[in-house]
Amino acid sequence: MLRSLQIEPEKCTGCLQCEMACSYHAEGVFNTAKSRIKVFTFHEEGRFVPYTCTQCSEAWCMHACPVEAIVINETTGAKEVIDDICVGCKVCTIACPFGTINYNTETKVTYKCDLCGGDPECAKACPTQAITYVDSDHGGLERMRAHAAQNLPQEGA
Amino acid sequence: MAWTRKVLRVNLTEGSLQEEPLNMEWANDYLGQRGLATKYLVEEIDPKCDALGPDNKMIMTTGPLTGTMAATGGRYSVVTKSPLTGAIACSNSGGFIGNEIKSAGWDMVIFEGKSPSPVYLYLEDDNAQLLPADDLWGKSVWEADELIHTKHQDPLIRIAAIGRSAEQGCLYAAIVNDLHRAAGRSGVGTVMASKNLKAVAARGTKGVGNIENPAEFFKATQEGKKVLAENAVTGEGLPSMGTQVLMNVINEVGAMPTRNMREVQFEGAGKISAEAMHEPRDNDGKPNLTTNGACFGCTIACGRISTIDQGHFTVENKPQYWGNSGGLEYEAAWALGSDCGVDDLDACTYANFLCNEDGYDPISFGSTVAAAMELYEAGAITKEHTDGIDFSFGSAEALAKAAEWVSTGEGFGKDLGLGSKRLCEKYGHPEFSMTVKGQEFPAYDPRGIQGIGLAYATSNRGACHLRGYTIASEILGIPEKTDPLETEGKAELVKAFQDATAAVDSTGLCVFTTFAWTLEDIAPQVNAACEGDWSADKMLEVGERIWNMERDFNMAAGLTGKDDTLPKRLTKDMAANSGPAEGKVNNLAEMLPKYYEVRGWTPDGVPTDETRQRLGL
Amino acid sequence: MKHVVIGAGPAGVIAAETLRKVDPSSNVIIVGDEPEPPYSRMALPYYLIERINEQGTYLRKDSSHFSSQNIDVIRDRVSEIDTKSKSLKLDNNDSILFDKLLLATGSHPIRPPIEGMDLPGIHSCWTLEDGRNIIKRAKPGANVVLMGAGFIGCIILEALAARDVNLTVIEMGDRMVPRMMDQTAGNLIKDWCQKKGVNVHTSTRIEAIEQGSGDALKVRLDNGEKLDADLVISATGVAANTQLLEGTGIETDFGVLVNNRLQTSHPDIFAAGDVCQGKDFSTGEYSVQAIQPTAADHGRIAAMNMVGKDTIHQGSVNMNVLDTMGLISSSYGLWMGVDGGESTNLIDNERFRYLSLQFEDDILVGAQSLGLTQHVGVLRGLIQTKLKLGKWKEHLIKDPTRIMEAYLANTQAIGHNAQVL
Repeated sequence: MLRSLQIEPEKCTGCLQCEMACSYHAEGVFNTAKSRIKVFTFHEEGRFVPYTCTQCSEAWCMHACPVEAIVINETTGAKEVIDDICVGCKVCTIACPFGTINYNTETKVTYKCDLCGGDPECAKACPTQAITYVDSDHGGLERMRAHAAQNLPQEGA
Repeated sequence: MAWTRKVLRVNLTEGSLQEEPLNMEWANDYLGQRGLATKYLVEEIDPKCDALGPDNKMIMTTGPLTGTMAATGGRYSVVTKSPLTGAIACSNSGGFIGNEIKSAGWDMVIFEGKSPSPVYLYLEDDNAQLLPADDLWGKSVWEADELIHTKHQDPLIRIAAIGRSAEQGCLYAAIVNDLHRAAGRSGVGTVMASKNLKAVAARGTKGVGNIENPAEFFKATQEGKKVLAENAVTGEGLPSMGTQVLMNVINEVGAMPTRNMREVQFEGAGKISAEAMHEPRDNDGKPNLTTNGACFGCTIACGRISTIDQGHFTVENKPQYWGNSGGLEYEAAWALGSDCGVDDLDACTYANFLCNEDGYDPISFGSTVAAAMELYEAGAITKEHTDGIDFSFGSAEALAKAAEWVSTGEGFGKDLGLGSKRLCEKYGHPEFSMTVKGQEFPAYDPRGIQGIGLAYATSNRGACHLRGYTIASEILGIPEKTDPLETEGKAELVKAFQDATAAVDSTGLCVFTTFAWTLEDIAPQVNAACEGDWSADKMLEVGERIWNMERDFNMAAGLTGKDDTLPKRLTKDMAANSGPAEGKVNNLAEMLPKYYEVRGWTPDGVPTDETRQRLGL
Repeated sequence: MKHVVIGAGPAGVIAAETLRKVDPSSNVIIVGDEPEPPYSRMALPYYLIERINEQGTYLRKDSSHFSSQNIDVIRDRVSEIDTKSKSLKLDNNDSILFDKLLLATGSHPIRPPIEGMDLPGIHSCWTLEDGRNIIKRAKPGANVVLMGAGFIGCIILEALAARDVNLTVIEMGDRMVPRMMDQTAGNLIKDWCQKKGVNVHTSTRIEAIEQGSGDALKVRLDNGEKLDADLVISATGVAANTQLLEGTGIETDFGVLVNNRLQTSHPDIFAAGDVCQGKDFSTGEYSVQAIQPTAADHGRIAAMNMVGKDTIHQGSVNMNVLDTMGLISSSYGLWMGVDGGESTNLIDNERFRYLSLQFEDDILVGAQSLGLTQHVGVLRGLIQTKLKLGKWKEHLIKDPTRIMEAYLANTQAIGHNAQVL
């Protein structure tokens, strides 16, 4: 059974522990600027919304990659960027309609959530269980996916 | 390591910026943030300098754990000489900018001199620039925040700014960061304004690394988080109720200063308490509290995010105040509410919004309004001063107007901006001023809680609960319960809290963790992050060293043991008139000599040579 | 069932793989006329800076990828298509019958009608072979003239600059990347290049190229100036490879005409990628986009229709991302705006940042950005989902940087907050 990140924004307090955990795992420093998961703040409304790649089945980033640098991890289902193969052309960054794959101007490759190989640090770090790692057929996740993908053409499916 | 080992020195007079290495020898003795920046300050300025003159310096400083995954590791402090008290000022704030400055690669920023025209500091990693702020001057914190974000086109810039109150010389002006977190006390914002420095805008993409022992660090911080989560205060009370969890508790023990501290219990407490903030309003069915929000890295999340009833008189036809913003914390709710006798939750929330919007300390502001109300009732202030408004205790209209005036310095706002001490002196009733060393009291009455009276009297920055929060022990039983009405043992208690707090304030962590944590919980986190050997004992020693260094500065600035006092109202003139402490005054005289003794100070309150030597001062 | 794909670029390869996936028992054949395994032109600039070797440009890294998928790759040129007998003829005279055919023949660089274009030392930058030739001539200190500052011209600028050549760019449009960015952005890119030591002439034409002394060339401009050049790179645009279709009855315009199933005028023949005049999402018109993501869209959808799984192509968003010597720009959809629409923009000349959004009613229809690397894809999401922004349009007009928030506020299940956002 594949597992996925389930995000429940109503539980988020905006503390950014997830961003720190993510960046430390991926970059070796606490650096929210390089986190794969981002908490968006709606100040007027008093809301915090963590968001990251949903590992969507369409995998727009993966299909757009001209050099096969984005591959599926068969164990986790995550779409992973292979740094050594990525040439840094950034086509994936404009192709992903969710804005969850970004270009790092220092390393000159793109980066995205890879589910930490199946043990996501953000979920472990979240003090309020706003981010959990659950079985993929979990109802809440389906709703989130449906929202994320609403109106997007279902290409190739 | 955990420190970035880099200091940015900004000479505002010259408009020059210079990078210098952090003094690691001092870091080993003073750790960081409060301790280390105070060391820099006392080494660099004349304690007798004019706090609002170019010779004063202002240091924005992070701690070694700022920007790390340690719970609450997002704090920064502003250290300077206070214009309100003439003593050392160290105001601590959360929010997000502390991490941003550290992530940009800086442990601290030292501002010196005075800019010839308004400027703001822009930090983008190594790129530090002073940029013109002529267009920002005269704008509120919120407007300045928006203008800077728009100019740099970067929503992730974190900004600390002063508002119009500071520009207008309000002596208790704050530096507000991330819209509604504040380095609030002692007029640090006034100092910033005196330097023509409107804002600090930071964007850090380097991150915080150099953790000495990562495996140990994750273990220690993980354990720390577990302790916070399992503690009744930090795990339940603060997340659900915020610091306002205290309102009803403190009122019940008869230590809720009311109507300029004439009384110790407020009949309207239930209307402005945490519980009231959860109640749906009649008008729109929404509660005052929308959600709780965390500062950077905080697993407690005591911050309140609130709205004002759109139909309330304060915000009618003012849609700019209809959205969510920083809601009432306990101290603000007390100062704006109970101390002014105002039980209107929306009015208090409105005044709180304005405190954030234009950057001033709600504690000092509320207490000053309370003093003005007493002056009004005594006839020393009349409707001529107040634009025809009835300034009696309990007037929500007076509170709201006062906030609007202080925000802009208009009308009676200039006088209210003087703070309680100067206001009461000006209008001939110095005895009405509820201050120590010129700084207004916070929300715990020393008649009902004896130890906190000693803490207020001896606090290095004037009346303050955050220099030695004996409430933890005297009311909440942390780490063990002491009798709030008893003076015995309070000298030792106060010293222990003061020293430990000085250490905690030097780490980058939030002092609210100490509802659950002791130095035994904190030291392992510091030790794993930093080079050197950081035991709880060493931290306590560092804390005591800091406390004495601050004391030395104050002595050199001209303060003496005579300033370690409380207003007569609390020690003699007005005993508590209700509740468990009825009939009691604060017995400071019983505690103070003992305190000097346990501190190793002379009977006049001066650190002895022996004490200085022991602490390496 | 026998599926034949002409062209081994991204459209062809993705189509072949999709065909294999959805029709496992079929024959799938790719015919490509370049000698290398299928490779990506997008990767050529990175090959030029020697960040990757030739293998790094290959679309599929595993050398046995196609054989293991049971896809035949034939390296030869198709010389003729017989639509009646449904067969192809190759240069080696072999014939291949097909049940369904995909035209994914790509495009070729336009050769501008300039005197002297035949001289040695003038190359396009289109194939791996071009890349090798450019590397040979672009030695440190060499004078290099780049003809055209469009997408391809810009993307190889850094590669050339990194080789320490003395570089001059000639663009006849009034700004850089005129077909992708507006005046403001195009001029910022120009300033950026000039700051980095590249000579840029806009609104300038090359009149002729002449042989100088030795191997050197002389480039004559319409302003009378003459430039020495050891290498001239022609990057003045591309045109669809439709030559093969002459006389077949398959209808063409700028590219191969298709319906919204990517089917040509012949029911068993489909088209995809640069050669295909497919539907533009924003305009609803059919046009040649010649961009990588569209090629990928086309390849997949054409393949679905080839195996009879009826799939409608809703149109591809025209979009581009470009790295001009470290200045990253992107543009989407109707970036030039629409009549009666509204727009907002932010400009920071000093930091070379620019963000421009175009709305029609409360829907985002186009965007351009400079210096933005985080969450840019959401611009595509906002455009392609035709998300009704409601009050968030006003928020965006005030602060265009809040694109991610606008998207999340309108799409996420935010629990009890859902009504609030």
